[in-house]
Amino acid sequence: MNTETLIPYAGIVTEITQQTPDVKTFRVEAPGGGKLFEHKPGQCAMLSVPGISEAMISITSSPTNTEYMEFSVKKCGCLTEWLHSMEVGQMITVRGPYGRHFPVYDELLGKDLLIIAGGIGLAPVRSVINYVRDNRDKFGSVDIVYGSRSKDDLVYYKEIVEEWMTTPGFNVHLTIDNPQEGWDGHVGFVPNFVKELNPDLKKTVLMCGPPIMIKFTLGGLMELGFKKEQVYTTMELRMKCGIGKCGRCNIGNKYVCKDGPVFRFDELDELPNEY
Amino acid sequence: MKKLSLAKLNDFFAAIAAKQALYLPVNNKVGKADFTKWTAGTEMSKALNTVRSAKDFFFPQTENLMDFKMEGKNIEVIDSREECEDFVVFGVRACDAASFAILDSVYLVDPVDSYYKNRREHGTVVTMACGKPAETCFCGTFGIDAANPAGDVTVWEVADGYMLRANTEKGEALLAATADLLEAGDEKAVEAAQAKTREIMAKLPLAGLTFDGVGVGKTKELFDRPEWKTLSESCLGCGTCTFVCPTCQCYDVRDFDTGNGIKRFRCWDSCMYSDFTLMAHGNSRNSQVERFRQRFMHKLVYYPDRNNGTFGCVGCGRCLARCPISMNIVKVAKTLGGNK
Repeated sequence: MNTETLIPYAGIVTEITQQTPDVKTFRVEAPGGGKLFEHKPGQCAMLSVPGISEAMISITSSPTNTEYMEFSVKKCGCLTEWLHSMEVGQMITVRGPYGRHFPVYDELLGKDLLIIAGGIGLAPVRSVINYVRDNRDKFGSVDIVYGSRSKDDLVYYKEIVEEWMTTPGFNVHLTIDNPQEGWDGHVGFVPNFVKELNPDLKKTVLMCGPPIMIKFTLGGLMELGFKKEQVYTTMELRMKCGIGKCGRCNIGNKYVCKDGPVFRFDELDELPNEY
Repeated sequence: MKKLSLAKLNDFFAAIAAKQALYLPVNNKVGKADFTKWTAGTEMSKALNTVRSAKDFFFPQTENLMDFKMEGKNIEVIDSREECEDFVVFGVRACDAASFAILDSVYLVDPVDSYYKNRREHGTVVTMACGKPAETCFCGTFGIDAANPAGDVTVWEVADGYMLRANTEKGEALLAATADLLEAGDEKAVEAAQAKTREIMAKLPLAGLTFDGVGVGKTKELFDRPEWKTLSESCLGCGTCTFVCPTCQCYDVRDFDTGNGIKRFRCWDSCMYSDFTLMAHGNSRNSQVERFRQRFMHKLVYYPDRNNGTFGCVGCGRCLARCPISMNIVKVAKTLGGNK
């Protein structure tokens, strides 16, 4: 085991799945098989290709998975382009887990959950969704509202249809931004869709997506009568260390890498609007 | 209390340097003091303080963190850390000594930064009370006493030599190892030296300065103040304040391909720089106003919030002396705090 948290483990990419035109999911195992380390839903890890760079990526697999960890990565920069060009069998480095997880071990127990995500924002909450599926009796109903630009941009589509939609107590509501041939589901933006669905005010909300979606969805939830204390989100800022020392991911007096990335909206209210 | 006569100063340095590396302020080619490794003939600077702070000894400007060997699809992670050798830093001022406690509060809290800890454990800090504090000094604002600095050993300059007091086990060990060069000290001479320092401190332009208007819990009150715009207007974003600051501890991590493997190193970084928070999808601090505000809010509010009210500043005055547009933390705190 490493005694220095900045020093990563080398892991092997054992499977690569093309989720959408610009999102791939990478399955990572330890060289001898199994997971590199344990994590909790909503935590992140620093992925790196030495010589390219290192970046914080959410661990999208559930901790209940004992064989591997998964990371879903959107191609949008230097490191992510390199990751997208990888083949199975390639090693990368991983260190973590970092940050505060979604409170699945206490506050969320027994609650009816409303999980709202947009685009690649489904990745961090997928860890919670699959944790809840594997601990079905500990949680109430699960409503998932997920939207993307188009049908082709919905990540984990197969898993959503084959596994989530068939889980008792799960209701999945998909939407895409614009009408598309071969899509007979809902069309429209996530914030409006949530309002149309008029969810029960007793639900606890977990939300992740682009800032603009978060802003308007939160506004919509407040109009419906939800309180900020029942809405969680997960944040993303630039990070180098992951342990609250390199100094760049702060929002006011909180470090997103250590005090977050999961925050409740009433906690974010205490912080300056700089994210 | 021990005394070292002026005549034995060189022998004292030589005795220390025979066993471990000894660093002390020495004037460089342009007459500015830098911490420099002692060798025979090295003369200690008479300058009040070094241009760069003493933080380099524990948090160097660049350092190698680890190495990687890349072969085909394989990556070998090489932990290239080595146990640091013992060293002594002589002549650290009260402000810089206080900055170590601030760096400790970042690097020695869980999870501990082992690179920093290694150097902290092997370094002995010998502080020197200030004989002639300068007009940019304001350590008193933070309860730091220039006449009685912290450190493993504290040294006072007196007429015919130096008084030395060990404050820690490491300090005791250093004085024990040089015992044959030392004689009995004189408390009265120290008190006289301290009185002289405090008399000068009381007359300095920044004497009595308080940071009352800023500090714990002031985020909401200060963050949206219109003065940030005027205060930061001329900021060049050069980062000089950050680099001379003894408490600035932000770092970057980068990789370097040597042609024979990859080195991952860290180096000082500055929140004043535009790419500090830049991500693929945008930047949380797009303008210099925001970056300037971050630096001062961190020292004046966020750090105190996380550290029982302690400010992230020790009043060394380096930013007052070095900022090319003459902006500094005192002006910021005064403008926002509304007091003298």
